Amino acid sequence: MKYVSEYRDRESAVKYAGLIRKIVKGEWSIMEVCGGQTHSIVKYGIDQLLPDSVTLIHGPGCPVCVTPIELIDQAVEIARLENTIFCSFGDMLRVPGSSADLLGVKAAGGDVRMVYSPVDAVRIAADNPGREIVFFAVGFETTAPVTASAVLQADHLGLDNFSMLVSHVLVPPAIEAVLSGEDCAVQGFLAAGHVCTVMGYTEYEPIAEKYGVPIVVTGFEPLDILEGIHMCLKQLEEGRAEVENQYMRAVSRDGNTDAVQIMRTVFEAGDRKWRGIGGIPGSGLSLRERFAKFDAGRKFKVSSHEVDEPDICISGEVLRGNKKPSECPAFGKECTPEHPLGAPMVSSEGACAAYYRYRLARER
Amino acid sequence: MCLGVPGRIEKISENDDPLFVTGSVNFGGVLREVILAGIKDPKIGDWVIVHAGFALNRLNEDEAMEVFDYLGQISGLGQNELQDSDAVSGSTEEAEID
Repeated sequence: MKYVSEYRDRESAVKYAGLIRKIVKGEWSIMEVCGGQTHSIVKYGIDQLLPDSVTLIHGPGCPVCVTPIELIDQAVEIARLENTIFCSFGDMLRVPGSSADLLGVKAAGGDVRMVYSPVDAVRIAADNPGREIVFFAVGFETTAPVTASAVLQADHLGLDNFSMLVSHVLVPPAIEAVLSGEDCAVQGFLAAGHVCTVMGYTEYEPIAEKYGVPIVVTGFEPLDILEGIHMCLKQLEEGRAEVENQYMRAVSRDGNTDAVQIMRTVFEAGDRKWRGIGGIPGSGLSLRERFAKFDAGRKFKVSSHEVDEPDICISGEVLRGNKKPSECPAFGKECTPEHPLGAPMVSSEGACAAYYRYRLARER
Repeated sequence: MCLGVPGRIEKISENDDPLFVTGSVNFGGVLREVILAGIKDPKIGDWVIVHAGFALNRLNEDEAMEVFDYLGQISGLGQNELQDSDAVSGSTEEAEID
């Protein structure tokens, strides 16, 4: 596929790996923020191409993984309501809540549907005027414009049977939360390419300066990631801490201002709890008051309660980058993609699922 | 989740409100209707990066080969020399790139 397959060239990847070995003198830890990058790194064995002195720490950039368990419970509660069609991206269906997941609701007869786009849910609402259609809106800044577009379309069509449970999160506050953590080992970041396609990277410049860390906006294919790692290591070796852009074919400094405008028309920033991490100020998006009628939480008056994660699951440590999935006592035993204890074992972009699929399966 | 797939615009469905302009985008032979509200003045033939049915941005074709340019630059070799040279190659035994 054009603009994809050329960035998977093995020869070039090996050359990049060789050049990385040439410039590295110190010991460095770099966090890739995005779960899509984690998936590529583990799938293609990019971490195994690097010198032992370079560690890749997997970051919290899997929106499915960081959606709070309380919100999954709310989704389950709404999906069980009579006359409701609950729409969601596929990855969310199997994320365990405190007692059930959405796929279980579907198996028990609930009308739970997997959609490719939130706009598909709007179409379902238009086609089913006698039923309530609820979309589970998860995602980073990459997804927020299309979710906002869905709200604008529903508003334009005058739909009163469409609403969404919003769990949108923002990357820069999460990077700051990682950097502010005690014993933070991260010395440089690969920023999430498609988040920056929308937002640009001006938000990262004060973070790089304040914390003295290089941040390289990076794409998702193997050569993108190797180039991003090289750029980040070069900065570390030279004692620089700047924001650089590896993913120039998709990202400009100011991003896509039209998409950002659509997002800001519908959403405003607010505090948000991240599963496994806790509350991060200003790290979430909520519907603006003008669009409150599309807020499923308000519409269905769902219950709110604090829930604890299973004791054995260390997904919080994994999401903060403190531990690798293979350090979890439940990894591959009590916790598998078929029977996940924590969200990172569910999503294809979750670090646990990637390790299970590409590392444990090969070892076995 | 943040997957973005490059595709080429084949058809544009005009709408008086730019917020609702859509287009048919070709992903390696698969066509899909995509929201083009985030693309200024979309044209047939433009490459866009699409996520969940929304075009996030135009793909900058001038920068598409940048990863190879950078490789040439950091290795101190030209593209042709790079093709032939194994001077910059490190250990290949662990490489798993498909």
